[in-house]
Amino acid sequence: MSIEVSKVSKRFGTFNALSNINLEIPSGELVALLGPSGSGKTTLLRIIAGLEFADTGHVSFDGADITEQSARERRVGFVFQHYALFRHMNVFENIAFGLRVRPRQFRPAEAAIRSKVHELLRLIQLENLAQRYPSQLSGGQRQRVALARALAVEPSVLLLDEPFGSLDAKVRQELRRWLRQLHDEIHITSVFVTHDQEEALEVADQVVVMNQGRIEQIGSPDDVYNHPASPFVYNFLGNVNLFHGRMDEGQPVIHGKATGQVVYVRPHLLEIDREPNGGSHFRAHIKHINAAGPLVKVDVITEWGDPVHIQVSQERYRALQLIKDDAVYVIPKDVRVFETRRAS
Amino acid sequence: MAASISLHLIGSAQLAARARVATSESRLVRWTLIFVAFLFLVFFLFMPLAIVFTSALSKGLSTYFAAFREPDALSAIRLTLLAAGIAVPLNLIFGIAASWAIAKFDFLGKSLLVTLIDLPFSVSPVVSGLIYVLLFGLQGLLGPWLAAHDIKIIFAVPGIVLATIFVTFPFVARELIPLIQAQGIEEEEAALTLGASGWQTFWRVTLPNIKWGLLYGVILCNARAMGEFGAVSVVSGHIRGRTNTMPLHIEILYNEYQFQAAFAVASLLALLALVTLIAKSAVEWKAKQENSQPHGRDLTPDHQGFLL
Repeated sequence: MSIEVSKVSKRFGTFNALSNINLEIPSGELVALLGPSGSGKTTLLRIIAGLEFADTGHVSFDGADITEQSARERRVGFVFQHYALFRHMNVFENIAFGLRVRPRQFRPAEAAIRSKVHELLRLIQLENLAQRYPSQLSGGQRQRVALARALAVEPSVLLLDEPFGSLDAKVRQELRRWLRQLHDEIHITSVFVTHDQEEALEVADQVVVMNQGRIEQIGSPDDVYNHPASPFVYNFLGNVNLFHGRMDEGQPVIHGKATGQVVYVRPHLLEIDREPNGGSHFRAHIKHINAAGPLVKVDVITEWGDPVHIQVSQERYRALQLIKDDAVYVIPKDVRVFETRRAS
Repeated sequence: MAASISLHLIGSAQLAARARVATSESRLVRWTLIFVAFLFLVFFLFMPLAIVFTSALSKGLSTYFAAFREPDALSAIRLTLLAAGIAVPLNLIFGIAASWAIAKFDFLGKSLLVTLIDLPFSVSPVVSGLIYVLLFGLQGLLGPWLAAHDIKIIFAVPGIVLATIFVTFPFVARELIPLIQAQGIEEEEAALTLGASGWQTFWRVTLPNIKWGLLYGVILCNARAMGEFGAVSVVSGHIRGRTNTMPLHIEILYNEYQFQAAFAVASLLALLALVTLIAKSAVEWKAKQENSQPHGRDLTPDHQGFLL
């Protein structure tokens, strides 16, 4: 089912949580709402779910306006950040809840409920824990139960609020891949909120980058990472070095003086060399090297005194035999230039 | 390496042992405090309680039970049960409604409502009784109208019920507000998105989560409803066999020098207090058990092996 959000605004007191949001989510896609805290991403998700009403604007599912419908009528599956499992019910009853509360004429028979719940337990790989209570499960297990509970009512869309936010790094990685696989199997239109750019880029088909109640950019992970539409997106999706500079005959030139234009370069798009090597370059000396990890992190100080972060491959690092206090040349390979610093 | 680690462990164990001694009081102080606490309890609690029962039974079991067979005593017991039987369910409903509203919604006058719920705790029971006399009494605000329609509230059963409701209404609400606030609204929101109606959400999600707190509040509310003296005394008029509750009946018996009978009825109230205490501890114990279900990983078999 597709989701359309048009001209949605929401205020909390004097705080503008959302201003004039327009968003279309095609049927069957997995979309990430990505942004820092306070960017309005959770509010937008809750408005889609019907847990919050927009001050102005409309929400439609498959073209049908559902702005006035309550969360109960919208038939969405919602997964809460802190799981919100029913603590006095075991795993089985938690998952069965949505089926048991249906009006009598729509309620499946007990046997049908059982087989449905067991099918979902298989899906989340927790078949042997059906009788456990939420307090007896680990964080990752709870999150999977919450997901199964949401899926039990066969929702039209699946909405997840920071689904991996309170899990430790390793479990988060696993669950992330598992969610992607699950989505590839059941193809339900899904929206998840996250503040973790890596998570958004890895899992989602489309990423919606939000900031201060507005959408900064909508695009595929490749799009938003490699072609950021604004300085904010550039900054938020990974590390970046900022330089003063200007465009000179289509070529960016980096130097130490303020010009009203800012040049953005990602650390892995700066090359280090012993020779000037033609083209645009500047001189620097090495301040610190951290060779632990797939890329070597090199911190340098430019000739005009600014710190710059650079990432080079292990091969390149060994070939150049870099050591602290070396004088080197830095060659930018791909840069973006924005007028002044709008965002930080 | 191994040696240095084990040495380090011994060092920290010693440190822990010393820390335990350091943060605790000396044996003398500890025993003195415990002794003072017990002495206090013996003088002000156990001895009066023992005297109630010994005086009640001083003339034998048959006289003891005779005190309850008296029509006035029976009527007092009936009235007490009636007042509590009306006040407790009403306060149960009010308590749930008020605590739900306070914990889950933001509305104008919320802090005023919280303050007002505490009012019966802060005001003297005699004053609360007087409020009803001033309101419904013959010289009161609504008195002439009530008299004209032949409705009796003051010096009658309705007044006693009203006064009992008033003095006992904070118990359930006070117990539930922090509980519901701490639990938040996420589970209710989850129930809503799963298609549950408000009624289903309340019965299947909210009520099971608050049931122990609720029961605890009801037990305290009931104990107070049955034992209330001040407010009820003001509105009752002390009409024997008609508007006397158990505490009022005890006072009358005592004033008439019928000590044995007074203590016999008093022992019934004291017994109620003891039962309340036991029920309260049972509820607390049960609630604690449910809340402290061992946390996740410790129970899963694969992790248990690791722990061993």
